[in-house]
Amino acid sequence: MSSINNKNVNRRDFLRYTSLSSVALILGIPNVKASDTAVISNLSDLEEAFNLNPFVMIEKSGKITIFNQRPEMGQGTFQSIPALIAEELGLSQEQFTIKQTGGEKHFGGGQWSGGSSSVRTDYMELRKVGAAAREMLIAAAAKQWNASESECYAKDAKVFHKPSGKSLGYGDLVETASKLNVPKDPKLKDPKDFNILGKSIKRQDVPLKVSGQAVFGIDVEVPNMVYASVERCPVFASKLKDFDKTAALKIAGVEQVVEVERVFYNYKTIGVAVVAKNYWAALKGRKALKVNWDYQGHENFNSKDFSQYLRDLAKNEGVVDKSEGDFDKTFAESNNKIEAFYETPFVSHSTMEAMNCTAHWKDDGKLEIWASTQVPGSVIEDLPAIFGIKAEDITLHTCFNGGGFGRRLAIDFIIEAVNLAKTIKKPVKLIWTREDDTQLGPFRPPTFSAMKGALSPDGKVAAFQHKVIAPTILSFMTPKEDRTKPDGTMVEGISHQAYEIPNMKNTMVFADNHVPLLWWRSVTSSTLAFAHECFIDEMAQKAGKDPLQFRLDMLTKESDTKRVLQKLKEVSKWDMPLPKGKGRGIAQWEFFAGLGGCVFEVTKQSDNSVKIDKVFIAIDLGTVVNPDTVKSQMEGCVVMGITAATQNGITFANGKAEQSNFHNNPVMRISEMPKVEVHILAEGGKTIKGVGEPGLPPIAPALANAIFAATGIRLRKMPFDLSNLV
Amino acid sequence: MAKYTLNINGKKTQVEAEPDTPMLWVIRDFVGLKGTKFGCGMALCGACTIHVNGQPVRSCQTPVSSLKKNSKITTIEGIGNTQLHAVQKAWIEEQVPQCGYCQSGQIMSAVALLKAKPKPTDEDIDTYMSGNICRCGTYDRIRKAIHRAAAMV
Repeated sequence: MSSINNKNVNRRDFLRYTSLSSVALILGIPNVKASDTAVISNLSDLEEAFNLNPFVMIEKSGKITIFNQRPEMGQGTFQSIPALIAEELGLSQEQFTIKQTGGEKHFGGGQWSGGSSSVRTDYMELRKVGAAAREMLIAAAAKQWNASESECYAKDAKVFHKPSGKSLGYGDLVETASKLNVPKDPKLKDPKDFNILGKSIKRQDVPLKVSGQAVFGIDVEVPNMVYASVERCPVFASKLKDFDKTAALKIAGVEQVVEVERVFYNYKTIGVAVVAKNYWAALKGRKALKVNWDYQGHENFNSKDFSQYLRDLAKNEGVVDKSEGDFDKTFAESNNKIEAFYETPFVSHSTMEAMNCTAHWKDDGKLEIWASTQVPGSVIEDLPAIFGIKAEDITLHTCFNGGGFGRRLAIDFIIEAVNLAKTIKKPVKLIWTREDDTQLGPFRPPTFSAMKGALSPDGKVAAFQHKVIAPTILSFMTPKEDRTKPDGTMVEGISHQAYEIPNMKNTMVFADNHVPLLWWRSVTSSTLAFAHECFIDEMAQKAGKDPLQFRLDMLTKESDTKRVLQKLKEVSKWDMPLPKGKGRGIAQWEFFAGLGGCVFEVTKQSDNSVKIDKVFIAIDLGTVVNPDTVKSQMEGCVVMGITAATQNGITFANGKAEQSNFHNNPVMRISEMPKVEVHILAEGGKTIKGVGEPGLPPIAPALANAIFAATGIRLRKMPFDLSNLV
Repeated sequence: MAKYTLNINGKKTQVEAEPDTPMLWVIRDFVGLKGTKFGCGMALCGACTIHVNGQPVRSCQTPVSSLKKNSKITTIEGIGNTQLHAVQKAWIEEQVPQCGYCQSGQIMSAVALLKAKPKPTDEDIDTYMSGNICRCGTYDRIRKAIHRAAAMV
């Protein structure tokens, strides 16, 4: 189990751990008593363990542990984050053990994974952590040998004395090193000397994941643990009226039936939990429950009406996100203009590991939690206010996440399990079913887009408008939403593309909504890029121009976007004509997380279906830590992007989600997997961009644009069915 | 409740369970082998794939009482014996897993595929492996790893 608990370590030693940058400059903590850190697993002799800083622990035996603050959910942080420290510390991957942090205060505010932010945030700071530790170990060795530090170097967990060839292991040096002053500005390695960073190194979690040994939240087992399944109202924002547990309690193995609250930010609902000796009994007990709900009028909610409501809202002016030149006048006076309307659905995250959490509220008032979560830091920060417990009385074990995609940024399922644990006073594992996971949200928000464009006489974009009509994620997190200005997440990227457009006015219209919403891998960039980049294609077609050249014509200045498009032009052989019935489509998207672009090649089949032949995908990074991991992420973005574009979508009838499991909320399967060619643009430099998300937004528009090129059919509503295009 | 003697990964194990309990939960929660995963509960995703007498089955839809006496059950923990199975080695070489949650099931299906068809084509792989969902999208690497394993066996 990847977990630690050294929250009891003497607080004074951590007083200066206020930010990541100061973390690197903190002295070690000698004499950590074993009794204080009993939960640190597998550390043999803690009397002799020293933290050079909270992220590195070196034992006198030579055993080295690096603490990883970024939860692993498939994006590769289990390798890429410790690698930043290990590279500077002179370690190869076999020479240290990785422990996942559990939201402990002394590890600081970086204990979360999301927003494609891990590597780009930690790249310099964690290298400094490693470099500072290295310099201290070298100083310790030089002192011992009475030599000059410049004659020494660190490699393979040892410090070597160049002139004599002597060496000492880190374990032999750590006690002396931990008493030295911490270098204020440690010297970082020259990238040309890197042994780990920038190389396709094999990830340490992979052997665990091919042998069934990786511990996900759902795999945790605690002595005397019981299991629970919760019946929650499928109609959102309903109230529990009453329930009859008689039949449920007759099921063999069922122990008790109790109410339990789920708290998703401001959205709070009560469900009925069946607690049993094993999960199968809990499921059977749940089926035997009779529950009455007060739907509060929400049973009339349905997708048809909601879509019409969003379409009607498009008539509103909205609040301005960005205005340049004079859009209104240019558009009004143009005689060469077009308008289009794009729609996208609610989408489930559908992580393969459904939500689950194990919690134990102990007799002494302390709380222990085991969970797959993207946000260990938030768990420790948020629970005290909800449960009136002190942060230091909570122990969290962060497990491998069986998929995250943003869903595990919320801790509703953790709060629910803790609530239940508090009620029943036993360790309990609460597991959502696939149906719960599919139907109960939170979902990716639907965005509708009203697009307007006018062309100049020479066929360039003279005026452009992207008006977003959408409910917001934030409405679930604030008591009162400020609707006087756009919600940044809901207009993500629409005003930040590199295209040089003289007259532009992007706006947003807020929609009311009671269905829980949350960030979903690349969030609204996935839905807004579909409208934005398809509409650019529509304008290109109206101008009679090649869609790629049309884009490059709007990019006269040098930019990362221009380089990405030119790379795609070259690798996809864009200018080489395709046979009739085949088509290429292109799209790019730049947003807070980074920049990606892709080209799709598709073929129209005789039965009106379309086959995806190949995808060329390019990501602009600046600097890359593990090229093979980036390649994996791009392949994953292609799959998730195609799934969302062509298969996924949650619709509502009678207030309830109409989809329930993978048969009616399908995800792409291996037989649908096209060939993917990944290109990483990483020419060095100071900027470093995100990896996990930027591959996703261009997928849907590039696919739709390719389908138009092959068939003449313009798709403006997701999901679109590739098997039946009419 | 009834008593069952199960042969899992070559070891005899006694469990006491309701007859309708799916093997998925018997293996995970009664026997304590956690490599076999719960994904959908409807045999739609393949995350719970195990072998019964060498044949791949979805353990979430296999009640413990439906197993014939002396059935040989193999889980991800049991395919490699003393060292990793060729498919597992190939999975590491191709760095297939991302989140890794579906991979036990993918590997169990792949092992069965190679037994049925030692040198599969891409089409064979697509047909045989279509019952296993990977939300992270590792499909291209699964194809490559199966070809690599086929060359190793």
